[in-house]
Amino acid sequence: MYESRTKRLNVAAVALLGFFLWWAQGNLDGYKIQILNLVAINIILALSLNLIYGFTGLFSLGHAGFMAIGAYVSSLLILPAAQKEMIFLLEPLVWPLSVLQAPFFVAVLAGGVAAALFGLLISLPVLRLGGDYLGIATLGFAEIVRVVANNLSGITNGALGLKGIPNHANIWWNYGWCLFTLYFIARLVNSNFGNVLKAIRDDETAARAMGIDVLRCKVVSFSIGAFFAGVGGALMASLLTTIDPKMFLFLLTFNVLMIVVAGGLGSLSGTVIAGVVITVLLEWLRFVENPVTIGSFHIPGIPGMRMVIFSMALLFIILFRREGIMGMREITWNGIIGVCRRKGEKDRD
Amino acid sequence: MLRVENLDVYYGGIHALKNVSISVPRGKIVTLIGANGAGKSSTLRAISGLVRKKGKVFHDGEDISSSSPEAITAGGLVLVPEGRKIFPHLTVYENLMLGAYVRNDRSGIDETREWVYDLFPRLRERAWQKGGTLSGGEQQMLALGRALMSRPNVIMMDEPSLGLAPLLVKEVFEIIAAVNAEGVTLLLVEQNAFAALRIAHHAYVLEVGRIVLEGSGEELLADGRVREAYLGG
Repeated sequence: MYESRTKRLNVAAVALLGFFLWWAQGNLDGYKIQILNLVAINIILALSLNLIYGFTGLFSLGHAGFMAIGAYVSSLLILPAAQKEMIFLLEPLVWPLSVLQAPFFVAVLAGGVAAALFGLLISLPVLRLGGDYLGIATLGFAEIVRVVANNLSGITNGALGLKGIPNHANIWWNYGWCLFTLYFIARLVNSNFGNVLKAIRDDETAARAMGIDVLRCKVVSFSIGAFFAGVGGALMASLLTTIDPKMFLFLLTFNVLMIVVAGGLGSLSGTVIAGVVITVLLEWLRFVENPVTIGSFHIPGIPGMRMVIFSMALLFIILFRREGIMGMREITWNGIIGVCRRKGEKDRD
Repeated sequence: MLRVENLDVYYGGIHALKNVSISVPRGKIVTLIGANGAGKSSTLRAISGLVRKKGKVFHDGEDISSSSPEAITAGGLVLVPEGRKIFPHLTVYENLMLGAYVRNDRSGIDETREWVYDLFPRLRERAWQKGGTLSGGEQQMLALGRALMSRPNVIMMDEPSLGLAPLLVKEVFEIIAAVNAEGVTLLLVEQNAFAALRIAHHAYVLEVGRIVLEGSGEELLADGRVREAYLGG
């Protein structure tokens, strides 16, 4: 009975979201729509990092690398051949890629699969490392991807990047993928395998003593996370219509990490909430970078001021509310109904 | 049931275990006592494949010297690690189910869980509570119950009385005796030599990585050297 109610409420929530997006598309300006799109993509990215870091306890800083792989693979598949010929000035694009074309959905999927394959490849040596060392190794991986993208002109067009990527990633694609990611990862972490991942996070020795093949489970979790990071990167490339290696600096990983930590490691609802709040704030706070005139004082605009504010916010979160907005808790329909019912009883008294 | 022959363990340049041989007969409780750093935990970790070792380990007649920890657990030899190491963010139920990770017989697992609940009724009451919210004694019950979920024939316990109040220590040893009465063979590592020797059928004394003494529980309880070194005279 509870399950069917939860299902009905989930369907209702998705319908409500769909209605809101439909309304937004007709009534909001392009800039606000763009932010809505970024919200969806950031949630995809943060959910995938939360699976790796929050639920499996693998401190990974390689998200920008997986995003870059997803972005390049899917962009090369959706760029029209004529456009490819035009933008590859330094060196022509190598043969099969220069003519290869795929529909948007397949391209995004391919981006995710490519990222997952790289995740699988590096996870075998890298996941034997623990804690901070893993963070350093994955950060190194992301840098390698960026440097390779910068120099492999025959495939990535080097520092010039890819321009004129078809803008297929509309609000429906982005939110569709976002909901799929949420559904998939929620099902995963609440399954038996999810419990195994949490056990590895809580205590690796004990997990091994249970007969759990720790390395294999970590590899699976890491690769699934990499897949969704690749999907997020692919969607972002199509949304922004232009990518270059400079876009995939550590700062990109940091933004995602900030959402995960602020929302709560090991909380999907926390990630969704933080994804919305932080993406909106990142845009809204642009005003602090504008020049300000107070009376006769004139303060010139300081680029990067937003990130100072965000770094400080992250510092405060870690100092005063380490578990983030939600901790490890989740918002569930049963929880909401329970709260409403209790409140109703109190009002009656 | 479990036989260890000439076990050597090195941590870098430190020779932590020197030529340790022990044997645990079927259905018995065997204990390994000794001071801090004598190598008791290293012995258990070496047997369960968690640290690299030289020497032979036989379980049920099978050579498991070079098996992986996963394979050893699946074979019915389970370690209850020191400090209990339950999964604090998972419920009691989920903790128990992870103990049955190496099994795939659904109905058999449910049966074993009922058996564990009967053995530790308090775990049944707290089935939906997070493991981290249990008291020290309850956590020890959970750790033992979780180990039992894989239906092992040998359980190795590392310091089950560590950090427990005296009253709980008594309770934990009663639990261990009860589990043994169900036919499970136990290898017990303890600093609390007195309590361990009282329930053990056979005991070994480990000193700086070497077995220096062995005998039945009662023999060692009466032994002058053991009394002086571990039982406070």
